[in-house]
Amino acid sequence: MFEKLRSLSFKLILLMSFQRTQEKLKILADAAKYDVSCSSSGSNRTNKNKGLGDSTGMGICHSYTEDGRCVSLLKILLTNHCIFDCAYCVTRKSNDIKRAAFKVQEVVDLTINFYRRNYIEGLFLSSGIFKNADYTMERLVSVAKKLRLEENFNGYIHLKSIPGASDELMREAGLYADRLSVNIEIPTEAGLKKLAPDKNRADFIKPMVKVKNEIIQYKAEKKLIKSTPKYAPAGQSTQMIIGASDENDFQIMQTSNHFYKSYNLKRVYYSGYVPISYDNRLPQIGSAVPMLRENRLYQTDWLMRFYGFDVSEILNAQHQHLDLDIDPKLSWALRNLHEFPVDVNTADKRMLARIPGLGMKSVYKILNARRFRRLNWEHLKKIGIALNRAQYFMVCESNQFERRDLSAEKIKGLILQNSTSKYTKTLSNQLSLFG
Amino acid sequence: MQDKTLIYDGTFDGFLSAVFYVFEHKLTHVSIEHECTAQSGLFAETISIITEENKANRVYKGLKTKLSSSHTHQMYYAFLSEQIGVENLLLDYIKYVFSNTVSVGKDYSHASVLKVAQIAKMVGREKHRMEAFVRFRLTKDSIYFASIEPDFNVLPLISKHFRKRYADQKWMIYDIKRHYGLYYDLEHVEIVNMEFPKLFDFTKTDSSFFAEQEFEFQQLWKDYFKSTNIASRKNMKLHIRHVPKRYWKYLSEKQPD
Repeated sequence: MFEKLRSLSFKLILLMSFQRTQEKLKILADAAKYDVSCSSSGSNRTNKNKGLGDSTGMGICHSYTEDGRCVSLLKILLTNHCIFDCAYCVTRKSNDIKRAAFKVQEVVDLTINFYRRNYIEGLFLSSGIFKNADYTMERLVSVAKKLRLEENFNGYIHLKSIPGASDELMREAGLYADRLSVNIEIPTEAGLKKLAPDKNRADFIKPMVKVKNEIIQYKAEKKLIKSTPKYAPAGQSTQMIIGASDENDFQIMQTSNHFYKSYNLKRVYYSGYVPISYDNRLPQIGSAVPMLRENRLYQTDWLMRFYGFDVSEILNAQHQHLDLDIDPKLSWALRNLHEFPVDVNTADKRMLARIPGLGMKSVYKILNARRFRRLNWEHLKKIGIALNRAQYFMVCESNQFERRDLSAEKIKGLILQNSTSKYTKTLSNQLSLFG
Repeated sequence: MQDKTLIYDGTFDGFLSAVFYVFEHKLTHVSIEHECTAQSGLFAETISIITEENKANRVYKGLKTKLSSSHTHQMYYAFLSEQIGVENLLLDYIKYVFSNTVSVGKDYSHASVLKVAQIAKMVGREKHRMEAFVRFRLTKDSIYFASIEPDFNVLPLISKHFRKRYADQKWMIYDIKRHYGLYYDLEHVEIVNMEFPKLFDFTKTDSSFFAEQEFEFQQLWKDYFKSTNIASRKNMKLHIRHVPKRYWKYLSEKQPD
């Protein structure tokens, strides 16, 4: 009888602990979802001593949420208690929401058990700031340390650098994490002052500089001594909120370019502001998330990083806004018609990459294929080029090409006529607003 | 010249043996067909090919001298697509490879080269999907078990990935469609054939087979999946493009509560 009772109460304790974990997970996953980074690639951590996990090679999206975003990491906050009151943030001090905090061991158990079932590539751990920066950072580091040293976990770990955290802690964080990131949140300093008066940019920069220097040192030492312990092998990244304050695209991409160049960032993420408050400094609840604008910014980011464009070619003092109805490359091409048409059978890689409708994969396919024979429209179509856009900007092995001397406006009209955009609804709403 | 149909056993070595036969007998009007799907042509002469490893190796070696390793892999990927007629496409590709002195792996304006690359890409995509969508469930005898039903025969391609990653747990991935699986016993990965109980439902987590804690973690995962979604950005079209519906029945997060 006594035995039975004991086993029953033990089961009850287990059930309660499960329900508590369940509640915490709901709260702390919900609070972490506005961080858009989910990358799990770029690391080089192999499985050691028959342990658990491996993070070499490309990242894997294990699932996708109904909003179409990749789920590759268990993305949670350690706690949503926070001493700051940033207007754009759902866990701000003044917001009346349920608060929760994970124990270090709880996060470790969740990560391991999710990983073993092939749900995730690893852990993305962020946190509200409780007590102070170092206290918070230390807890984040201790989760990563436990996973690596006690569980022999070789999956991916992304830790948030807490603004203002000490150099010692950042050094330790990089020894266990694959990626570190600190979000600069608002693209300009003036905007940050307005929306997060208790924060200043210097605090964001401090850990970023430390991590950058450590990575440079690690790479240099690694060349001499192969066994140098890894330091944040997947680099660092940051995130900006788009549309919370009134920066234009030119300012956003300038900031982005600055961070890429000065801090060797792997990625800058752009996160369309999701209205979460009635604060009159911000877009009101119910206003649309600027998804199309976010998309155009990512396209610009790609043009900068992979297509050989300088940011000033796309956005400059004369063109401070990205067109919403056409992509930034097409918009650049229409402003620079004197560079076209390009002959796909002779042009260099740089110019091929500038033809609207050609992605880098197609560029490489063309470069390879044209060594065997001169390419015509049929070949190009089969290779998979978006001819609707590309046809006005190129010639190939064919006597059929655009002969009319079309103006930029005319070309744009013809292209739009023959294409459908998933954003058509958004666009026509915006047009009718001004119409 | 009379048409010939070569019937092989469905293995890659068997296919390469058939290719060897084609070159050995200088056949021009020939079709290579899988023994399960072969249709006896009315006017064609059928020949059964015996799989011979040394002949297969000779063909493969020859291909390797003409193609980069990524292009020979591409051929293997395309073969695993099991698409009807893929053998003849590959035969055409191989003939083209051997008729050239330079490597033609990147000659994307040649019809067969492009087609092989495209099919290989589809298979590669499926491989990557399976690395993502396999959902292990812990059984009562401590094996992490997953069932899959891939469009293409990708098990041989994903074995290494799972072996490297889950080195400290026993696991099994079973292809229900093709009736075989991979089993890792903490030392090696083996190919296994299993007899499942008649009424065994692969999509259900039955408490008589699966560990008790399995239910809790599935629940936590389902909760997490819901919590991490941003409702105001809902985009089901994109969601379905990334996670096609045919995979849903084996995804823990897609199971009804």
